[in-house]
Amino acid sequence: MRVSQSWLAELLGDVPPADETAEAFVRVGLEIEDVHRAPELTGPLVVGRVLEFEVLTGLKKPIRWCQVEVGEAQPRGIICGASNFAAGDLVVVALPGAVLPGGFAISARKTYGHVSDGMIASARELGIGADHAGILVLPPDTAEPGEDARPLLGLSPDAPDAVIELNVTPDRGYCFSVRGLARELACSLDADYADPAMRVTVPPAIGDAWPVELADSGCPRFVARRVNGVDPTAPSPWWMQRRLLAAGMRPISLIVDVTNYVMIELGQPLHAYDASCLSGPIVVRRAEAGEKLRTLDDVERTLDPDDLLITDDSGPIGLAGVMGGASTEISGANEHGRIDVLIEAAHFDPAVIARVARRHKLPSEASRRFERTVDPQLPPVAAERAAQLLVEHGRAAVARGRTDVGAAPQPAPVEMPLELPDRVAGVAYPPGATVRRLAQVGCAVELVTGDDGRGHVVATPPSWRPDLGQPADLVEEVLRLEGLDVIPSVLPSAPGGRGLTPAQQRRRAVSRALAEAGYVEVLPFPFVDPTVWDAFGLAADDPRRRTVHVLNPLDAERAELAGTLLPGLLDTLVRNRSRGATDLALYHIGQVVLPHAKPLPMPDPAVDGRPSDAELAQIEAALPAQPVHVSAVLAGDREARGWWGPGRSASWADAVQAGLLVGQAAGVELRVTAATHPPFHPGRCAALRVGDWIVGHAGELHPKVVEVLGLPERTCAMELDLDLIPLDDRRPAPRVSPYPPIAVDVALVADASVPAAELAEALSAGGGELLEEVRLFDVYTGEQVGAGRRSLAFTLRFRAPDRTLTSEEANAARDSAVAVAAERYAASQR
Amino acid sequence: MTESTDVMSQLHPESLDAAVAAAVQAFAGASDLAALAAVKPAHLGDRAPLLLARRELGSLPGPERAEAGKRVNAARQRAQEAFDARREVLVAERDERVLVEETIDVTLPWDRTPRGARHPVTQISERIADVFVGMGWEVAEGPEVESSWLNFDALNFGKDHPARTMQDTFYLGDSETSGTVLRTHTSPVQARALLERDLPVYVVCPGRTFRTDALDTTHTPVFHQVEGLAVDKGITMAHLKGTLDAFARAMFGAASRTRLRTSFFPFTEPSAEVDVWFPEKKGGAGWVEWGGCGMVNPNVLRACGVDPDVYSGFAFGMGLERTLMFRNGIPDMRDMVEGDVRFSRAFGI
Repeated sequence: MRVSQSWLAELLGDVPPADETAEAFVRVGLEIEDVHRAPELTGPLVVGRVLEFEVLTGLKKPIRWCQVEVGEAQPRGIICGASNFAAGDLVVVALPGAVLPGGFAISARKTYGHVSDGMIASARELGIGADHAGILVLPPDTAEPGEDARPLLGLSPDAPDAVIELNVTPDRGYCFSVRGLARELACSLDADYADPAMRVTVPPAIGDAWPVELADSGCPRFVARRVNGVDPTAPSPWWMQRRLLAAGMRPISLIVDVTNYVMIELGQPLHAYDASCLSGPIVVRRAEAGEKLRTLDDVERTLDPDDLLITDDSGPIGLAGVMGGASTEISGANEHGRIDVLIEAAHFDPAVIARVARRHKLPSEASRRFERTVDPQLPPVAAERAAQLLVEHGRAAVARGRTDVGAAPQPAPVEMPLELPDRVAGVAYPPGATVRRLAQVGCAVELVTGDDGRGHVVATPPSWRPDLGQPADLVEEVLRLEGLDVIPSVLPSAPGGRGLTPAQQRRRAVSRALAEAGYVEVLPFPFVDPTVWDAFGLAADDPRRRTVHVLNPLDAERAELAGTLLPGLLDTLVRNRSRGATDLALYHIGQVVLPHAKPLPMPDPAVDGRPSDAELAQIEAALPAQPVHVSAVLAGDREARGWWGPGRSASWADAVQAGLLVGQAAGVELRVTAATHPPFHPGRCAALRVGDWIVGHAGELHPKVVEVLGLPERTCAMELDLDLIPLDDRRPAPRVSPYPPIAVDVALVADASVPAAELAEALSAGGGELLEEVRLFDVYTGEQVGAGRRSLAFTLRFRAPDRTLTSEEANAARDSAVAVAAERYAASQR
Repeated sequence: MTESTDVMSQLHPESLDAAVAAAVQAFAGASDLAALAAVKPAHLGDRAPLLLARRELGSLPGPERAEAGKRVNAARQRAQEAFDARREVLVAERDERVLVEETIDVTLPWDRTPRGARHPVTQISERIADVFVGMGWEVAEGPEVESSWLNFDALNFGKDHPARTMQDTFYLGDSETSGTVLRTHTSPVQARALLERDLPVYVVCPGRTFRTDALDTTHTPVFHQVEGLAVDKGITMAHLKGTLDAFARAMFGAASRTRLRTSFFPFTEPSAEVDVWFPEKKGGAGWVEWGGCGMVNPNVLRACGVDPDVYSGFAFGMGLERTLMFRNGIPDMRDMVEGDVRFSRAFGI
């Protein structure tokens, strides 16, 4: 919303300089988007009259060679590229020596074969509006040729007119008008304020202006006023045009400008019908399935049964509160050379208009206001104001009748304890502040004794403040007008908390462990391209293909939320490679999304109280499971080459190690077993388990996956579900024996397919209580052990809790360990 | 008798002198500390003649034993002195020559294993959690795929309220009415906290949030927020201000503080924007827009089963990326989301 200082001044009597005005708005809760100062404009800028012009031919676009009277003995010859003016029109001319905003210096120069002795300017070139579709044409008799144009444009150096641009929050629909903004400014400055709605006299009328029937509750009130015989050639007065320009609108014609002007001034959107195009009574109703309407923007729209329509005997003639129809648009003069206008000023249900505007993607100046609620008392006032302006400037006459059907919703009084604002703010406000502030915003205020025997205030909000519906809303009015800066700073004392939860501490520990092991944390987006599942080589029925679909993704190809962090991490790996990094180790900890096989309906409980436990349980059940995963990817060297020697490539073992590290940080020793699990290499993939329960996988990626996704060779990865790892923060303490250990080495030869981890487990099982640790230190395959077999060398460390162990005891324990390995895997000692 | 003869011979002054002389010679012949250590056991060790001699003293009669004992001790002391003297010489030599020879260039890099890092968003999120845990608050979390009811309805966003379109929402499923969205703010965690916890509630909720803003230098569709919620008896806006001021001091230094400007959010009434006084602001200390806050709207309390006539509360929320941008001078939002290892590494662990 943009408003000029001069317009505000008209309602307040006087306003402070632009910066102070902006600050005053901020104080009461309006956000300043920008302050557009009056542009810097020096040198001769005068009113000119185009006497005649010649259209130069043979050029790409029509160029006019104009003779312009600028109050001198001779007219000046000026070249102009615009065509929106006629001989006799008043224009603004920057003469040689003038400097327009942006340092644009005007001089006489030769162009198109003539010497152009100045420039005819557009609103944008003058810095008073955004319009650059044509030059600025002043209404006839606005000024005399040769007059300084600056005062007309609001550019006088002694009275510059700034435009303040504000951001209006959705609860303050009334601030979408000069009427509302001026009231806020008056509250902020404690200044007097003349309500422009009160200046309009609504005379009694005789009969209806047009028959209107309200057939839907979406339109509680409809006012119509008819103005006959508007002169289609009558221009809008210059002051109106200038205010519209400052508000960011383009003056078009008297009728359109008047409806826009009244909307900006009072906040009531209006619609003007060409009365000669209307047939039969106007009916406000919902659309019927399949009905169509061509709107003013010349788009044929198929209507939804929820759309609210203005109709007549011909069918729909307008999308209520959003946009009018083409069939009843003000088009041209009737046989008398005049136009008869029917002005609509209606009140609509904000929710209905919001849905219509959203459904047709048609946010208009009107719908923006209606969906934030317009003052329901305004329709007759705004219609009258528009009619008066048309009569005054369009040489027209108001018909005697006025239609006013339906009724304005009445605001309900709100009662609250008198000291509630003090209690909410933690401030003792001066006596009377609450009543004074509520009256200032327009409430009718009454003091009563409440049920609790204390002083209560009953405030009946003004018609333009439907947002004041509960005590908290009144409290906000008092607090904001008294100023939030008077609220003191008091630290509340929370009851002692329990600190981070074990899950939160674990997540931190895991993150830190990976970072300390050389992994770099990244935070990829969760949006996945589903073709990645083919690249991963997932089977057609792999449950990981089940994803949650994003209805309105930013990138149409990445429209899925998945149950794995890998796609995002691999994308990030590729991005880093493309930027020249070769040795990479990345990790990400985040929620993934695991949808149900069958979607459950999502409940939509009421909001007037706590939903039932069943409803809350249903919400939880309908949401997809979202466990926290941790994932890492590696490529290039895990250890760099350097003066100490060659580097070491990252391998499946590093990925498995990363998984085990996560387990350690979580306080759990993970078991490793071989697995086949795309997208991993079928022979280089480990399942990570807690007991027998698989919590994740690690290893090298399948070479095909590497190729299809353009990954570095031998890229490795790990992903596990942190939520599957049990939380155990009360682990039993071990007994630490002070006696010396005895280490015994054994080399076991077994079939090469026997996993090392299982052989180690067999040794552990057989080693008895004296066995403290089993550690594999060598793997050998070759002739000496035979084809298909391999030798695994372990160090077994034995220790007794209560004595120094003898070598006989250690050897006996070793023998029983080897016996179990022999029994389970036919392993023999080498 | 042979043994006795041996003993006698080892205790004999000449034997002792010979043992001492052998020791002195051996020590003198050691060319470095290692060689000295190697010859030491033969002359001063448990089985060296001088030590064996001592062991046999017990077999001598009293008066003889005392004298022989003195001789042995004196001999042993001479050997020890020879050792110590030689050792001193060799240590000095080592210090002077060998250590010099062993000198290496300690500026050689040892960057054999890569440097890891945690993302600055994670770091600041943990820092904030710690600040509030220190004040006795707890950290609450919730799902990113959230029900519309918790993301909007419970927070006083009416079905057709224009505020719903203020936060451009990613809708999930087949239609906008499927009832699930990617949460547009961490506020549903506040609603969850009120629904799940016993009162009073003091929680801070860091988390990832989503809005349909295209990625550019100042916007990202996936970002992080932290919100705080306190619901208790007698909570006032002064408590909100006090909490924000303490938070600002923790994040921006002792000279920092906050300023409130009236605004509108459906879930708070009154609502305000929070500006923070940032002493290290680029171009000089000044106010920076930091987040939103307000007193919890009674409608929200009601929807979460809390009686607004008994309890009141405040809530506030900030964007973590935005906070990092001005606090750490990060010029481009994209640096925070693209995952370039050079960016995260700069923030360490």
